[in-house]
Amino acid sequence: MKRKTTERIIEGGLAFSGAFTIVVTLGIIWVLFSESVNFFKEVSIVDFLTDTEWTPLFTQKHYGILPLLTGTLLTTLIAIGTAMPVGLIIAIYLSEYAPKNFRSRVKPVMEVLAAIPTVVYGFFALTVVTPFLQSFIPGVETFNALSAGLVMGIMIVPMISSLSEDALFAVPKSLREASYGMGATRFQTSFKVIVPAASSGILVSMILAIGRAIGETMVVAVAAGQQPLFTFDPRQGIETITAYIVQVSLGDVQHGSLEYNTIFAAGITLFIFTFILNHISYWLKKRFHEKYE
Amino acid sequence: MNSTVKLAFIILGLLLLASCGSKTANNESKSLTGDIIIDGSSTVYPITEAIAEEFRVSQPGVKVSVGVSGTGGGFKKFGRGEIDINNASRPIKENEIKACEENAITYVQLMVAYDGLAVLVNPQNTWVDHFTVEELKKIWEPDAQGKITKWSQIRASWPDEPFHLYGPGVASGTYDYFTEAIVGKSGASRGDYTASEDDNVLVQGIAGDKNALGFFGHAYYEENQEKLKLVGVDNGNGVVLPTIETVKNGTYAPLSRPVFIYVTKIAAQRAEVSAFVNFYLTNASTLVPDVGYIPLPDEAYQKETTKFNAFVSSK
Repeated sequence: MKRKTTERIIEGGLAFSGAFTIVVTLGIIWVLFSESVNFFKEVSIVDFLTDTEWTPLFTQKHYGILPLLTGTLLTTLIAIGTAMPVGLIIAIYLSEYAPKNFRSRVKPVMEVLAAIPTVVYGFFALTVVTPFLQSFIPGVETFNALSAGLVMGIMIVPMISSLSEDALFAVPKSLREASYGMGATRFQTSFKVIVPAASSGILVSMILAIGRAIGETMVVAVAAGQQPLFTFDPRQGIETITAYIVQVSLGDVQHGSLEYNTIFAAGITLFIFTFILNHISYWLKKRFHEKYE
Repeated sequence: MNSTVKLAFIILGLLLLASCGSKTANNESKSLTGDIIIDGSSTVYPITEAIAEEFRVSQPGVKVSVGVSGTGGGFKKFGRGEIDINNASRPIKENEIKACEENAITYVQLMVAYDGLAVLVNPQNTWVDHFTVEELKKIWEPDAQGKITKWSQIRASWPDEPFHLYGPGVASGTYDYFTEAIVGKSGASRGDYTASEDDNVLVQGIAGDKNALGFFGHAYYEENQEKLKLVGVDNGNGVVLPTIETVKNGTYAPLSRPVFIYVTKIAAQRAEVSAFVNFYLTNASTLVPDVGYIPLPDEAYQKETTKFNAFVSSK
């Protein structure tokens, strides 16, 4: 009897914890939707999606999300372009080439990179990487997408390498042995057998890293500037959706005004993007998951 | 800086010791109690806050709270009698005077410092020697958005390269003031520039970008002189650079202005408020430059003190 009661309490607690995260998520979605409805009552969704200027706080108001969107995508692309090859090479080295004790020592060190506060990365980009880029690329502005993207890439390398390495390491030993048995070299084994076998895990790590880069705030707020510019030139300053939300919520824009509601419209755009990405990653995981038994 | 902090701690410690050791001997005649509520301009805020900090050391029994809701927001509360002192980066307006009259609030205006706005470019910029007020207007007015983007559009002899603008964000009093002085309407400007409430971001932006052009409070230029090039402004009477002298004597127009505090009669008759305002005017000449503003001449502070005390004793 007593045991049963304890069981029940524990079960209840577990159910509550599970439900709690769902309720919070639903709450956030509800707030985003209900607040952005106020925004879209005054601004047509066509303008929102097609106008190439975003100046809701100024005299000539334009509500085009495109500059913020291209800013976000530009920094994300640069970040993934940097992090994916580097992270994957590190993962393959650690899983297939490195001696065992080296791997067990290097992995925690790599993960330290992930523990550095992002604002530190932001200032690293602004004060170290940007002057370095300016020294050999003409036309790089103080605030630019390139520097922010590169540093964001460094920041997410541990995420990719750690997750991909887990996926590579989980490939059964029999596959490696079979490959070596066929006379394949280590390189051939790694790239033609192990990487394809672990592809679902690697893809998922990439999608998660993209999600992280899209949502990243401090690095871009500090290093990429705060000027919404509709451009794909990485040397120029841009503003991402997250940086805009920070800018408005820290300023003294009146709550409930149209200017204030722009952050919910921007937020829901961001939310839809990450939502889609998460679903792609879920689908990829199922689609490409290979079972070895 | 460090030694001042240390000194402040030592004084604090001594005060604490004194209050512990001899509670009975504590001179009640000198230590005041009460709350002083101050609100208003973000531009004047650093001055008032610096003075309040010093005042808290000498009068720990008085709670001084300094808020920031803009000059206009402050005057709204001031007219309803909700605050004791309003920080103002401009003189009181007609409708605000009316609101005070309706609620039978009498007040005194005290000038506390001068503020200058600096127009800046990158040190590698060799072509800009000065701007006229019209040129600044052409660059910053709302109609310029997306259209005026190159140096050559301002003056034909300047390079055919795009400029990059840096300025305070819309929440800033400096922004209100600049747009009012240059564009003619407070809060009206183009939106395609790097806007930041943090002046250090603007310093960094201009310092690292050859085609940069920006403006912010003169105080921040003083701190970063070697990274920036100060540009003089011509209002029709010749090119003037903002210096302590030109800001003080008003020749650096229209980008310099006096800043004020306003005190209500009811508040001024309270001992702690009267002590605070007197403390303000006596210490302003040393504390105002610390926070980057330009102090009035000593005689002016004496004049304001006399004016205040006459206001307190008048019926």
